[in-house]
Amino acid sequence: MLSVNGLKAKVGETEILKGLDLEVKPGEIHAIMGPNGSGKSTFSHVLSGRDGYEVTGGSVLFEGQDLLDMEPEERAQAGVFLAFQYPVELPGVNNTYFLKAALNSIRKARGESELDAVTFMRLIKEKLKILHLDDSLLKRAVNSGFSGGEKKRNEIFQMALLEPKLAILDETDSGLDIDALRVVADGVNALRSPERSMIVVTHYQRLLDYIEPDHVHVLAKGRIIRSGGKELALELEEKGYGWVLEQEQAA
Amino acid sequence: MTSTQAVDEIVRSEYEHGFVTEIESDTLPPGLDEGVVRAISARKGEPEFMTEWRLKAYRHWLTMPTPHWAAVHYPPIDYQAISYFSAPKRPEDAPKSLDEIDPALLETYEKLGIPIEEQKALAGIAVDAVFDSVSVATTFRESLAEAGVIFCAISEAVHDHPELIQKYLGSVVPHTDNYYAGLNAAVFSDGTFVYVPEGVRCPMELSTYFRINARNTGQFERTLIIAERGSYVSYLEGCTAPQRDENQLHAAVVELIAMDDAEIKYSTVQNWYPGDERGRGGIYNFVTKRGDCRGARSKISWTQVETGSAITWKYPSCILRGDDSVGEFYSVAVTKGRQQADTGTKMIHLGRNTRSTIVSKGISAGEGQQTYRGLVRISQRAAGARNHTQCDSLLIGDRCSANTIPYIEVKHPSANLEHEATTSKISEDQLFYCRSRGLTAEDAVSMIVNGFCKEVFNELPMEFAVEAQKLLSISLEGAVG
Ligand SMILES: Nc1ncnc2c1ncn2[C@@H]1O[C@H](COP(=O)(O)OP(=O)(O)OP(=O)(O)O)[C@@H](O)[C@H]1O
Ligand SMILES: [Mg+2]
Repeated sequence: MLSVNGLKAKVGETEILKGLDLEVKPGEIHAIMGPNGSGKSTFSHVLSGRDGYEVTGGSVLFEGQDLLDMEPEERAQAGVFLAFQYPVELPGVNNTYFLKAALNSIRKARGESELDAVTFMRLIKEKLKILHLDDSLLKRAVNSGFSGGEKKRNEIFQMALLEPKLAILDETDSGLDIDALRVVADGVNALRSPERSMIVVTHYQRLLDYIEPDHVHVLAKGRIIRSGGKELALELEEKGYGWVLEQEQAA
Repeated sequence: MTSTQAVDEIVRSEYEHGFVTEIESDTLPPGLDEGVVRAISARKGEPEFMTEWRLKAYRHWLTMPTPHWAAVHYPPIDYQAISYFSAPKRPEDAPKSLDEIDPALLETYEKLGIPIEEQKALAGIAVDAVFDSVSVATTFRESLAEAGVIFCAISEAVHDHPELIQKYLGSVVPHTDNYYAGLNAAVFSDGTFVYVPEGVRCPMELSTYFRINARNTGQFERTLIIAERGSYVSYLEGCTAPQRDENQLHAAVVELIAMDDAEIKYSTVQNWYPGDERGRGGIYNFVTKRGDCRGARSKISWTQVETGSAITWKYPSCILRGDDSVGEFYSVAVTKGRQQADTGTKMIHLGRNTRSTIVSKGISAGEGQQTYRGLVRISQRAAGARNHTQCDSLLIGDRCSANTIPYIEVKHPSANLEHEATTSKISEDQLFYCRSRGLTAEDAVSMIVNGFCKEVFNELPMEFAVEAQKLLSISLEGAVG
């Protein structure tokens, strides 16, 4: 599904990703952990095509297509979804209207017909329930005045609606209270399927208790320096990153 | 593609309609003197009072200095190089069919969903007398006549209702008001006249589109609307479709008069040619619009969506003379490319318990420059007057600018004024967020912009609002995509 090889990227003069490799197969969940500033969000942004990053080496293939060659909206239409670490407010833009436009543009790109208002509303209400979100959210402007937790839940709600093939969740758990964390995890688990892969960026083992990953990676200094199963997350929780970094340096 | 580039591309939507030089059949040579003013009046067969009225304005205009505004820049206008009278084009000089019209212009008409016959009329094609809207217009005229509403060309009104013209013309915007009002009074070409008698609710929205016999109103348009006691009228001016016009200088005057308990709603969608990328050839739109709430509890609302013109200078205003009268101003103005706009409103509170609301939404893109200038004056007699002003600016890209200049003069201690102003930018974050959800950058911009303008669009008559929304998207989109 996703194949990242030796990916290097710069912001201005600073190289942030320094040869990153990652292989994600359909249906797999990969957790990426790593110290602050190690390049996790940068990686998510480069995958979804955000401006301001210069890719200086390596390749990214998504279902055989060169992802780096596509515009952000083309990536979304092809099935890549990023749940933002910091969701963006769009004052005045009605949430329902926004979601409908997004869904229809993706459906159109897939060669499917646009949804009529009634079908759309039915669909949207169903997805709201999964995330325990209130109907009133639909009448508000996108993320405008949402609480931190509401914003995060809204991201997963969008994901549920847009049904991507590859979802990248950038610290979706941070800022959530314990109940919300469970709701979000349930939402994510409901979307698990053999065709859908996820990359879950997190600092906390706790999320991985709810969303069980197939693989755990440590990203440090712009590279994946260690990969393992879910037990790696437990080990990190216990010992911190220091020991992995030391072992890496020794190697 | 960097997002600055993306934004640039959206913004650099060329106006897909160039100018077509037409052969005029009956045009006065360029230049302006008393002879020309007399000639204009004579060719229109005007009564003596009208000729004198024009001459008085002309003589005063000569004494007025040309205006200089801080916020707009353009080369000096040579008033002797303008031709002040051109009769309607002869059908044989007009394009014969849509085949002769710029296909890009037609594409815009398509996008706006304008019916084919209407497209022809807009493009200046000589249309057959049997085309739909003529019969529609006739039906409309009949039901207006039944209600006693007078809706005709102002040149007709000069002949048919001289007493109303003598009483009201220039009573809101006198020729001494400003340079362009003076010029307009001297040489005005034609325009619209509306009279709604006491207690009558005008049975339909009046739009210039149905005023077929007043086509070709030219560059010095004049509009006069009178709403008698307890009457109501909604008037729609302009057209969302790009309008062709070979005259660069437009100096219109609009006067509204509302008596006791009367209400006038005046909506404008303006989409004149803005000029090419360097701003060459665009229309200069210097308009004086003023409403006089003469009667108690009267109400005048201005709603406008301005996307065209190279330079716009315009302050639709309300004089709140009657006690408890209400003035409203809702505006969306877009400047992109090299467009400049200096707009705003004036709310002059004279009567007691008068209320005014100002909502101004300015959108600036490319190298567009925009200044909102609003005056709220509360006079000594205006006890209990209230104003609420909200001015929001939205910047797209980082080479455009927006200024907000509120002027407030309060002479009564009981006045209650609120002013809110915001400036925001469509950020790269917002664009990326939308695009990561599958929307194109163009759709994203148009969605954010329409959200920004919602409060104003809500004030427009339904159909107009839908068109205005489309227009805004198209004008920020790169029209022929
Ligand atoms: N636009 C930018 N300009 C300059 N430096 C940047 C920019 N974006 C990211 N960086 C730098 O790149 C490094 C990696 O940032 P990134 O946001 O990817 O880290 P992260 O792993 O997501 O951290 P966190 O766990 O705190 O979210 C940091 O040192 C950050 O300061
Ligand atoms: Mg991060």
